[in-house]
Amino acid sequence: MAIRLLAIETATAACSAALYIDGEIQERHAFAPRQHAALVLPMIESLLVEADLKPGQLDAIAFGRGPGSFTGVRIAASVVQGIALGAGLPVIAVSTLAALAAGAIRETETQGVLVALDARMEEVYWGRYVAVTNRVPALQGEEAVCKPECVHMPADGIWIGAGSGWDSYGSMLVERAGERVVRLLPDLEPRALDIANLGVDKFGRNEVIAPEAAVPVYLRDNVAREP
Amino acid sequence: MRVLGIETSCDETGVAVYARDGGLLAHALYSQVELHARYGGVVPELASRDHIRKLLPLVQDVMSEAGTGASDIDGVAFTAGPGLVGALLVGALTGRCLAWSWGVSAIAVHHMEGHLLAPMLEPETPGFPFIALLVSGGHSLLVEVNGVGRYRVLGDSIDDAVGEAFDKTAKLLGLPYPGGPALAQLALQGNPERFTFPRPMTDRPGLDFSFSGLKTFALNTWRESAQDDQARADIARAFEEAVVDTMVIKCRRALHQTGIRQLIIAGGVGANQRLRERLGQLMAEEDGRVFYPRPEFCTDNGAMIAYAGYRRLLAGQTAPLSVNVTPRWSLEELDPADA
Repeated sequence: MAIRLLAIETATAACSAALYIDGEIQERHAFAPRQHAALVLPMIESLLVEADLKPGQLDAIAFGRGPGSFTGVRIAASVVQGIALGAGLPVIAVSTLAALAAGAIRETETQGVLVALDARMEEVYWGRYVAVTNRVPALQGEEAVCKPECVHMPADGIWIGAGSGWDSYGSMLVERAGERVVRLLPDLEPRALDIANLGVDKFGRNEVIAPEAAVPVYLRDNVAREP
Repeated sequence: MRVLGIETSCDETGVAVYARDGGLLAHALYSQVELHARYGGVVPELASRDHIRKLLPLVQDVMSEAGTGASDIDGVAFTAGPGLVGALLVGALTGRCLAWSWGVSAIAVHHMEGHLLAPMLEPETPGFPFIALLVSGGHSLLVEVNGVGRYRVLGDSIDDAVGEAFDKTAKLLGLPYPGGPALAQLALQGNPERFTFPRPMTDRPGLDFSFSGLKTFALNTWRESAQDDQARADIARAFEEAVVDTMVIKCRRALHQTGIRQLIIAGGVGANQRLRERLGQLMAEEDGRVFYPRPEFCTDNGAMIAYAGYRRLLAGQTAPLSVNVTPRWSLEELDPADA
């Protein structure tokens, strides 16, 4: 598609930014816990300088809206709000779990991905994705935050397990999945490259929002206890 | 020159536009006090979640009220610390990225410098040097201010900040959060003669503050009292008198020690009427003058960040693309900003 789209993903220990121009993608990527705020705008700047683009020449900006690290998803949302308001751009919110699924599909050419991100507190962010056209994953059911023993496993089919949850709670999840899971990618991180691809797909379907609507999806919302 | 200022260091989202010509053009504040009230204190994660929902609409409102378009803005200032790291990140990243996409400078502002310079937003401003008493829920500071960025911390709190001591004492007397202003209100009905509280750290040299012992003293006095409405009001009165008297003693010492005859009061506790009254008397005795920001600029706000950012931008001090927030940051680490 003839489109110029900037994408960022900062929901995990990885930080990345990608620029999609008419089917070609350039990406900056770093594994850098707690460095996202320092890294993300220099990454974006270097992508635009390389392409000789100003922010106002973009068509849209996409971000990984979570779930993931609370601070991480807020970093992406804050960056996107600032750039989108400043440059007058529409925003595309992409699920971080969908981006992880897209990464797994891209790397393995399989169809079904069970995404589990470590959500701490003995829980995972969980999503079941199946590839449709253009290797765009479609969510089956709903994304959830829950104990590994409570995730909604598919009844049958052939699946890949992707994300840090398959590392932290691997034995529990593998035991529950049985032979339905044929391969694990526990080290796979969500990347801006996949946010960009999914963002272009959503842009084509006009799934855009205003800058101020670019807010995180945390899934975990009971974060304070009354005295 | 026009600067957009953004403040998100704690539980208030503040935005303002300050102009070289015209001064403060517009400002707006969204307070999260009600959000945190049921938890009895600020919940950092909830504060961050609220900032990210409220900030952009406030920016849009303030720009529109200021009659300012993107092309009129020369810089975006944001609070980079001290404060809650998650809350700071929202304002810092949004502000930094807004500046980048507008192609203008970004300025990282020290929150307490904002408070120090807040009296400059009023019609009558002090010249340098002056002594600043910064008293809020997070700080009790006495600072010698010799210019923008030329700060010497004369005294600091060694335990509870004064506003924190007000809130905690109010809580143990059964007043709802945030109890400081309610405690001051209650003190008006109290008998000043009934209880006498100590004046912490006034019996020795130095300008540091310690208020946590007063809170304990209040608790013990409450336990030994009839625990009725009059006792509550009398304790509130004695507590407020002790705190205010202690601050007056330290301010007088700071004035004598430095020979400076101008005093400014900033921070949320600066809105306390008894404190204002007593410091007014002090400065009359000392043949000096006291300056206050208007009450809404005593508490956290975007106007003071826009102004501090404006002064830093005049001196050519701008922030890089890499955003760093600093939860703990001394005023003395700042560079002078001589335009």
